[in-house]
Amino acid sequence: MEGDIAQLGQFVGAGLAAIGSGAAAIGVGHVAGNFLAGALRNPSAAAGQTATLFIGIAFAEALGIFSFLVALLLMFAV
Amino acid sequence: MGKIFFFAALALVVVSGLIFAPAEAKLAIHPMDQFQVSALFGDHISWYTPTNVTLWMALAVAAVFALLVLGSSRRAIVPGRAQSVAELAYGFIYKMVEDVAGKDGVKFFPYIMTLFMFIVMANFLGLIPGSFTTTSHIAVTAVLAALVFVTVTVVGFVKNGVGFLGLFWVSSAPLALRPVLAIIELISYFVRPVSHSIRLAGNVMAGHAVLKVFAGFAAALGMFSFLPIFAITAVYALEVLVAFIQAYVFTILTCVYLKDALHPSH
Amino acid sequence: MASNTQEAAHGGGSAMPQLDFSTFGNQIFWLVVALVVIYLILSRVALPRIAAVLAERQGTITNDLAAAEDLKAKAVEAENAYNKALADARAEAQRIAAETRTEIQAGLDEAIAKADEQIAAKAAESEKAIAEIKAGALESVKAVATDTAEALVSALGGSADKDAVAAAVAERTKG
Repeated sequence: MEGDIAQLGQFVGAGLAAIGSGAAAIGVGHVAGNFLAGALRNPSAAAGQTATLFIGIAFAEALGIFSFLVALLLMFAV
Repeated sequence: MGKIFFFAALALVVVSGLIFAPAEAKLAIHPMDQFQVSALFGDHISWYTPTNVTLWMALAVAAVFALLVLGSSRRAIVPGRAQSVAELAYGFIYKMVEDVAGKDGVKFFPYIMTLFMFIVMANFLGLIPGSFTTTSHIAVTAVLAALVFVTVTVVGFVKNGVGFLGLFWVSSAPLALRPVLAIIELISYFVRPVSHSIRLAGNVMAGHAVLKVFAGFAAALGMFSFLPIFAITAVYALEVLVAFIQAYVFTILTCVYLKDALHPSH
Repeated sequence: MASNTQEAAHGGGSAMPQLDFSTFGNQIFWLVVALVVIYLILSRVALPRIAAVLAERQGTITNDLAAAEDLKAKAVEAENAYNKALADARAEAQRIAAETRTEIQAGLDEAIAKADEQIAAKAAESEKAIAEIKAGALESVKAVATDTAEALVSALGGSADKDAVAAAVAERTKG
């Protein structure tokens, strides 16, 4: 692609893709918050589930990283 | 004491911002330059050229060697500091493999320990200012994830034969849904290495890029540069956490995938 | 994908080095080398050594625990022996005390019996003496009475027949 319009599109697209990072933040907060709520209800069971917590956070965060990657690709690679 | 240090550091930052304020402040941020692969000698990069990748991977290997071999060389019954850390790492990964992948996953323990030690050391070495972060490159993490993917798939088929395909056939779902679910499971199975690799590289890359962006702000802001510097400090602390957590997540996901290969029943 | 000639077209940004495929071979090669080296270090040296150290420590702890258990058993045994000795000593003391008591009692009884005997003997002797004295006293009373009666009779002018007087005195003192 050439020209200013294309560059404009890149930057706008990158900004839009960065929204995904915020969505991932909501997701990660949701996971961690629900874990904490459950952990406070039953603290004895919490220790065994930290691995699950991290897996959940990792999955939620991965999608945010994807959107970040899309933003990066638009900025630097297209 | 802590307060004195804090205010001394604050004063130092503000004063240095005043002294070293650039004559013409301009926003020139190159967050991706730090990931540039460059040859150590000369310019040309072929597959065997010693590059900064070579250097920092060698340092990661040296760090692993120092921690696990030199650290445990005294074989003390009452461990010293380095030996404690080595034993801690050993116990941490061993327990993870045993808990997540099961008893028969333990024979993959050296393999998983290799992945974990490499990633965690590369991540931490990458946090040294001015260093090169090998795990921020998709090429590196893709190879790591592909190794896991190939291993898991091969182990699954060797252990279970065709029964490994039962992983995609969700027998607890209604019969009509099963083909649809099988397609979804198949896709998710093949997306695994992608997310597995991009998660690690993306996290590390994002954190380092953010540090660089804030550093650019600090260069541009002159006497107010202490604001982004505090932000850098906070982000750096977060990155230390992320460096470990991403290694942990990569390892535990490897264990989860391995469990799928060893016990594919749904 | 980005190439170095294109990057000037972007506003100040540089291409992503992550997507520069010309360096992939280099990175992958060195990564594989690093992983193989780490794997060899871990599987040949580090992991067996740490496992051995951990096992050894576990063994030491187990041994120490067993030794502690042993010592504890010994302590319990010693305590039992002590308690037994104490109980024995107490029983012995009680036995000795009881023996002594019976011995003393026997001595006491004997002494009391002897004393009783002596008292009885003394009492009998005394009684005999009293009886003798009494008999003596009666004799004297008779003699005195006879003499008195003879004196009275002669004083009244009569002549006293000794035999009659004696008979009369005997008659009177009989009651």
